[in-house]
Amino acid sequence: MLADTGVTIRQADADDAVNGVRPRWVALPETVEEISAVLRACAEQDLAAVPAGGGTKLHWGAPPERCDVLIDLCCMNSLIEHAAGDLVVRAQAGLTMDALAAALAEQGQELALDPPFKEHTTVGGTLATATAGPRAFRYGTPRDLLIGITVVLPDGTVARSGGRVVKNVAGYDLGKLFTGSQGTLGVIAEATFRLHPLPAERRWLVATTAPAGDVLLRLAASQAEPSAVEIDCPDGKEATVAVLVEGAAAEQRALGLREVLGEGTITAEAPEWWGLILRDDVLLETRFPPARAADALAAAGEAGFAFRGSAAAGRAYLELWGEVAEEELAAAVTRLRGRIEALGGRLNVLATPYEGVDRWGQVSGLPLMRRVKERFDPGRRMSPGRFLGGI
Amino acid sequence: METLTAALRSLLPHDSVITDPVRLRTYECDGLTYHRATPGVVVLPDTAEQVARVVRVCNDFGVPFVARGSGTGLSGGALPREDGVLIVTSKMRRILEIDLDNRRAVVEPGVTNLAITEAVRDRGYYYAPDPSSQQVCSIGGNVAENSGGAHCLKYGFTVNHVEACEIVTPDGDLVTLDRMDPGYDLLGAFIGSEGTLGIATKITVRLSRAPEAVTTVLAAFESIEQGGQAVSAIIGAGIVPAAIEMMDALAIEAAEAAVACRYPEGAGAVLIVELDGPRAEVDEQFARLTEICSGAFELRVAAGAAERAAIWKGRKSAFAAVGRISPAYIVQDGVVPRTSLPGVLAAIDRLSHEHGIRVANVFHAGDGNLHPLVLFDDAEPGAGERAEVVSGAILDLCIEHGGSITGEHGVGVDKSRYMPKMFSADDLDTMQLVRCAFDPRGLSNPGKVFPTPRLCGEVPGVRKGVHPLVESGKAEQF
Repeated sequence: MLADTGVTIRQADADDAVNGVRPRWVALPETVEEISAVLRACAEQDLAAVPAGGGTKLHWGAPPERCDVLIDLCCMNSLIEHAAGDLVVRAQAGLTMDALAAALAEQGQELALDPPFKEHTTVGGTLATATAGPRAFRYGTPRDLLIGITVVLPDGTVARSGGRVVKNVAGYDLGKLFTGSQGTLGVIAEATFRLHPLPAERRWLVATTAPAGDVLLRLAASQAEPSAVEIDCPDGKEATVAVLVEGAAAEQRALGLREVLGEGTITAEAPEWWGLILRDDVLLETRFPPARAADALAAAGEAGFAFRGSAAAGRAYLELWGEVAEEELAAAVTRLRGRIEALGGRLNVLATPYEGVDRWGQVSGLPLMRRVKERFDPGRRMSPGRFLGGI
Repeated sequence: METLTAALRSLLPHDSVITDPVRLRTYECDGLTYHRATPGVVVLPDTAEQVARVVRVCNDFGVPFVARGSGTGLSGGALPREDGVLIVTSKMRRILEIDLDNRRAVVEPGVTNLAITEAVRDRGYYYAPDPSSQQVCSIGGNVAENSGGAHCLKYGFTVNHVEACEIVTPDGDLVTLDRMDPGYDLLGAFIGSEGTLGIATKITVRLSRAPEAVTTVLAAFESIEQGGQAVSAIIGAGIVPAAIEMMDALAIEAAEAAVACRYPEGAGAVLIVELDGPRAEVDEQFARLTEICSGAFELRVAAGAAERAAIWKGRKSAFAAVGRISPAYIVQDGVVPRTSLPGVLAAIDRLSHEHGIRVANVFHAGDGNLHPLVLFDDAEPGAGERAEVVSGAILDLCIEHGGSITGEHGVGVDKSRYMPKMFSADDLDTMQLVRCAFDPRGLSNPGKVFPTPRLCGEVPGVRKGVHPLVESGKAEQF
């Protein structure tokens, strides 16, 4: 039974619910071996488990078909190794992104991800949900900066892939597979990332004019090399554009970008909306070819969604600004998906309280994904039903 | 094999199915000529649909298939199977679409790496991953091996620059894997899987904007230690150059003999550092770099493209150049954490003396990717064996220091036996879960990457005595 594993277990309460589904127990493992022990016990008893980090995105995805044990990784919050000379860090999954950033900053380095909710979101949660922030344009998403991972499979097997060197092509990259897997393949226990030196300077160029598509493209392609080109449009009408420049001579480069944009204020502080998600009871994510950013922005506004995200990287979050009933939302999503797909993009519903909304649309690789799920979790005990296609 | 050939001939034009024994031998190895096998039959499909049909026929007959691009691989990843079909993508070399607004190009797998850059260079763009073989290597092979190059320190590897792939799965289905799609990152898992998870038939790559300024510096040091210290100091200063390459005295001697690169005389080590980016940033970094490299006895700065090419010439030709100073050699490809470089280089030097085998070092110092060239005379009895011992011991050193047995050449058939030194049985079994999901029958490039793979019916993690393939003498367990 769970208690025999020696891992700290407590009774779950209403606050532990995963998208409305209340687990029976909460396990608080402190080591990789303890995660393994919990999952082995779950396998023996056929208990369903859902891993949780800071809980900031636990209501994202469909409710689990069943959930007996919540595996809360809050106790696994150590920074294991920061090899500053190698620009590499290894951390436990439960470490918050803010705490990690603070530790790295002491050595003048950073993990160049800026996921939303970073005060509470964890290394493991960021990987499991593959959330990216504005600077994904320059540095890529979590999968691009992850160089090694330790995972625990549903049967308790501990597996590692990658390593602690940036350049490494030995074996399959399990880190890629687990990044964005939403807790359906196993538990992410530890992760190793490549780091970047903290930039000497940062400048934001901010303008409050609806941007024309070709101006956005010219900003993104500028040899001033912006790290991010973001748009915020909270009400479907007034759009703000902000461009981030990092590194040496940031001010000078920002001035050059202002010539491209035609206007704007240069500041050393990020706009207050930068990289944030304000409301996520209903949250959509759209991806689109960067050249169609203005069209995606217009389509989102007409469908009644606030748009915030990266024009340059072709990825934005859409928040709902009013209240809608289930049928209305389902219809709005279907319509908007049609428009975004016509632009060559995609629309995913990250969070919704309603069952009747098609969260993911059609995906070419779904049959292969099902086969991967069957191999990794034949007993369907890891976050069952949380992910696309009922995976 | 004859009925298989007949089935293939019904799918493809007559001249796209090769069975003539002499012509088959053209394909018996890739860039690693040490391993050779004559393929049972070679096919040269024109389209993705033809690749899919060929793979389905292989499934019908239960024969293995191996994909091959330009054949420049250095780990035997495209080594054919004598009992199988070799699918060569050299006819599939169309650039299908260039979309600069969205910074991408859609290409067929046989397109060479450099051809992508050449197609967009005039308009200020390029394709960033640049393996040394970029003039000839195919993008399909780059995807299979997750190739890198001198510039991956700053810009990353193939996997960071591929947006989507259409693949033929080992079952013969055409599936598109796109970074944009939700779900498991099968694209990420596929890239670098060395042909064991299927065959890429259409690849969407990301194009990069050419930087405003590029400054290339050649710094000559008296010793390899001084060069190594400079590398650490550059990274420590928060500079991420586009490339930091290092060559030791023996590698310089070889390059000099081959291409007269005119590196400074008497150098124990040369460092090539390339800075790129916005001009203001490059200028600022260059000023600091000059200070850091003040211990160098000579510092050359390339002003234009021609001088830059002259500096790179010696480095780019180093592999081939060692042929001038040694009758035979092994190119090794291991990785160590950058801070371990001095210790590892000293240990390689000791190994070299102990075994009486010369080792020339040419490497991507910025990311710790060593390419020791282990030199020997194949006419001398026992020299080849000693060279192999040294070569293997270097990999052991890499693993010991927390590195990897391959940074860019892949595991292929050449290093599969080293995988258990780097990964536990559980790690390898878990990787097999991916293989079994994609390729339950094990027909796609079998025998590569993994030593004696478990059969897909077996439950991973549960050991059941001797593997049936080992028992029947068909495989060896390491």
